[in-house]
Amino acid sequence: MRPEDLLSPTPSGVCCKPGGFFIDPTRPVDKAVITHGHSDHARPGHGAVLATQETLDLMRLRYGDNFAGSTQAVHYGETLTLGGATVTFHPAGHVLGSAQVAVACKGLKIVASGDYKDAPDPTCAPFELVPCDVFITEATFGLPVFRHGDAADEVGKLMHSVMVFPDRAHLVGAYSLGKAQRVIALIRRAGYDKPIYLHGAMEKITHYYQERGIDLGELKPVRGASKEELSGAIALCPPSAMQELWARRFPDPVTCFASGWMRVRARARQGGVQLPLVISDHADWDGLTATVAATGAGEIWVTHGQEDALVHWAKSRGLQARPLAIVDYGDEDEAQPELPLASGESGEAT
Amino acid sequence: MNDFAELLDRLAYEPSRNNKLRLIADYLRATPDPERGFALAALTGALSFQHAKPGMIRTLIAERTDPVLFELSYDYVGDLSETVALMWPSPQALRIFKSDASPPTPDPSPPLASLAEGGEKKRAPSLSEVIETLSTLGKAQLPAQLARWLDALDETGRWALLKLVTGGLRIGVSARLAKTAAASLGGKEPNEVEILWPGLVAPYIELFAWLEGRAEKPTSSDPAPFRPAMLAHALEDLAALDPAAFIAEWKWDGIRVQAVTGASDDGHNLTRLYSRTGEDVSKSFPDLVEALRLPGAIDGELLIVRDGRVQSFNVLQQRLNRKAVTPKLLQEFPAHLRAYDLLVDGTDDLRDLPFAERRERLEAFVKRLNDPRVDLSPLIGFESWAALTAARADPATGGAGPDAEAVEGVMLKRRDAPYLPGRPKGQWWKWKRDPMNVDAVLMYAQRGHGKRSSYYSDYTFGVWTGGATGDELVPVGKAYFGFTDEELHQIDRFVRNNTTERFGPVREVVHAPDKGLVLEVAFEGLQRSSRHKSGLAMRFPRISRLRWDKPPREADRLETLERMLKNGDALPSPSGERVQSRRAKLP
Repeated sequence: MRPEDLLSPTPSGVCCKPGGFFIDPTRPVDKAVITHGHSDHARPGHGAVLATQETLDLMRLRYGDNFAGSTQAVHYGETLTLGGATVTFHPAGHVLGSAQVAVACKGLKIVASGDYKDAPDPTCAPFELVPCDVFITEATFGLPVFRHGDAADEVGKLMHSVMVFPDRAHLVGAYSLGKAQRVIALIRRAGYDKPIYLHGAMEKITHYYQERGIDLGELKPVRGASKEELSGAIALCPPSAMQELWARRFPDPVTCFASGWMRVRARARQGGVQLPLVISDHADWDGLTATVAATGAGEIWVTHGQEDALVHWAKSRGLQARPLAIVDYGDEDEAQPELPLASGESGEAT
Repeated sequence: MNDFAELLDRLAYEPSRNNKLRLIADYLRATPDPERGFALAALTGALSFQHAKPGMIRTLIAERTDPVLFELSYDYVGDLSETVALMWPSPQALRIFKSDASPPTPDPSPPLASLAEGGEKKRAPSLSEVIETLSTLGKAQLPAQLARWLDALDETGRWALLKLVTGGLRIGVSARLAKTAAASLGGKEPNEVEILWPGLVAPYIELFAWLEGRAEKPTSSDPAPFRPAMLAHALEDLAALDPAAFIAEWKWDGIRVQAVTGASDDGHNLTRLYSRTGEDVSKSFPDLVEALRLPGAIDGELLIVRDGRVQSFNVLQQRLNRKAVTPKLLQEFPAHLRAYDLLVDGTDDLRDLPFAERRERLEAFVKRLNDPRVDLSPLIGFESWAALTAARADPATGGAGPDAEAVEGVMLKRRDAPYLPGRPKGQWWKWKRDPMNVDAVLMYAQRGHGKRSSYYSDYTFGVWTGGATGDELVPVGKAYFGFTDEELHQIDRFVRNNTTERFGPVREVVHAPDKGLVLEVAFEGLQRSSRHKSGLAMRFPRISRLRWDKPPREADRLETLERMLKNGDALPSPSGERVQSRRAKLP
């Protein structure tokens, strides 16, 4: 069986003909397997959805109870048979509930990794390496200039700034699903125990993380807080809110932004960021190349991001590699390559 | 080095002066000697060592990375030092590549990241070590040394190191700001540090000891120290001033210098020429230095005088642009000092005296010196503001005679003003000639910073010129001030509604003959520039008016600017104004 017979890339997602389903389709389909809850991967309107319990819950939080015709929850490590193929979910380390999907048929195994990172994250299960024949990888940070370093060091910068500027609010732009909760957890690990303030758009998801047993300490809404209360506080908001009128309630804030894009100065300056924090939920260049090599896959398919460099790297190491032209990924979270600060929360145009 | 790198990194993003001060002061407080002293030297530009050339850095990275990956990365990042800093293969990354030579581990439980950890890291060099090594290192050893340091530093450390060794920190911190931060450690006035500065050398151990109250104030042993310059404010309301309280002089379009001569311990005179920020520029002007034989400190303007006539700023710039000071250069561009104040006469400090008294001492001093290369800046006699206004409008007949070309306005100085460092209010006023204006078309707009980060507030504008397919706009400058808040709202709205293309934070705005926004741009002068497609660069351009009424086709042409540039040296332009240029960088 050729890999393309098991999973065929189409412009609206990867289709498994033997199994009769799509993975992370960008338009409504009968059967969808969803890797994680970011809105560019998890869209409403499918007939049946197979995903982890957390991903299903997050979709329900965002789209309401009728986001799909029917749903089925699956555990990490559990194998299901769909038509002529088997499907196994493995942790992807990207956000809460995120999974890589291993599709196998007649001795051929393809892993669609969705979005993933190999760095530690206290808010989700760690990435699991799955040996396979074909590995489908993202390439959001697929250039050798992207090295994310240790996220705890970046939060250390934030803590230092809070010490130097105790009278100024620190307004941290972070994506609502995953990044915000990870940043809060890291701030707590750094020993900060005062209340952390939240923009209204991230309250629901953050409370869901807390319900799932992730300790984030005392959280308060920005809404209703006085100017005095906010000066000197740490507050998190979606990146787009930093340029809106909403942000003007903070007197002389230090504007921070937690994203892998902050590694490149021009990017950070574009958004007027004063304290860039290089914290990413995607694998960096070293993570991508190490993972690709470690899967043992002889063939690599590269989805959204900087495909060229990763394809070049894989070929130079004797692997078969090709980019997949799947459109519409990267509307939420930092997979969005342009203007991180101006990007909308859920695909809203800038 | 890593702490210093973190500081530079943070300063590069921080727009506010006060916050920059706090960041620098916090660093200086928390960092031990001599590291902080070398950091202060780096921030004040007081370091001198052989700089690394971009070619050398390119060679280093080419030896270590795949050329295709480098080009893709450089293309994406856009800055050589930064690209190299980010993609420099650290020893940890190399370990990952080695690890996958073995078959993949079936046990996935240790996260892959752990492969990158472990193994000892090379010790990162301190800033002191880097600077001390650089100052003695031979050119041939630089690449290997640089590579060793780059191996041992993290991304930010590598970036800072490369910026340091290529001589381009460019983080928006002036020497003055760094000294102000240092002064704040001891609650001192910045000028106290400024006055001591010429006698101090990095790493400034005795300066910090004094600032932290652990030692007496260092005494300057320099026989010819710099004294902080007194600066003027732009004139606000002439009518509110009393003509009898002021003395007027021409404002010369040269370079402000302080010429200091003092007797050193061995009894010989030492002469130094300083820029207005205290930089020692003596080496560039040996012809003037040898003329300053009398002990004292003159504040004046450095000009080029040929056959008794002051030359324009463009002529002066031809001397400034040369690196080597050759006999030919000295002969063709003879340096001249036009004196307008005397801070020290012999060993007498005159700075507390009123200006009128200092002026008398200056006249006597220049007479005693009796050297053709040093003369007095003449006073402009005036009875009323009307008379001074007339002299300003026509310096040639107003008293400046043939030197009128080098006049860029008039200075008003209070008769009773002591010589105060910095820019004290109400003492000195500069009243410059009116700026030049052109009507240009808005072509691109970029989002601003800080409070303006949600507005398109930086504008690139162009004028018409003949192209291959008819008239086209060519950019001639960029401006980000001059407009009111209300006008900013209007332009922002126009930009958002008339965007034709986006490049990151930049929007291209419609600029067709019949659709677009015409901006009246005021500027202080024009210069030839090979960096701009138009071949011209403006000095201090700003938006003076929005011409909603004017269709873009009626905006000015490049030929108009060319004419202004050509006329600027010799002829007044039709409107009676002269192109001016000022404040060039000293060599």
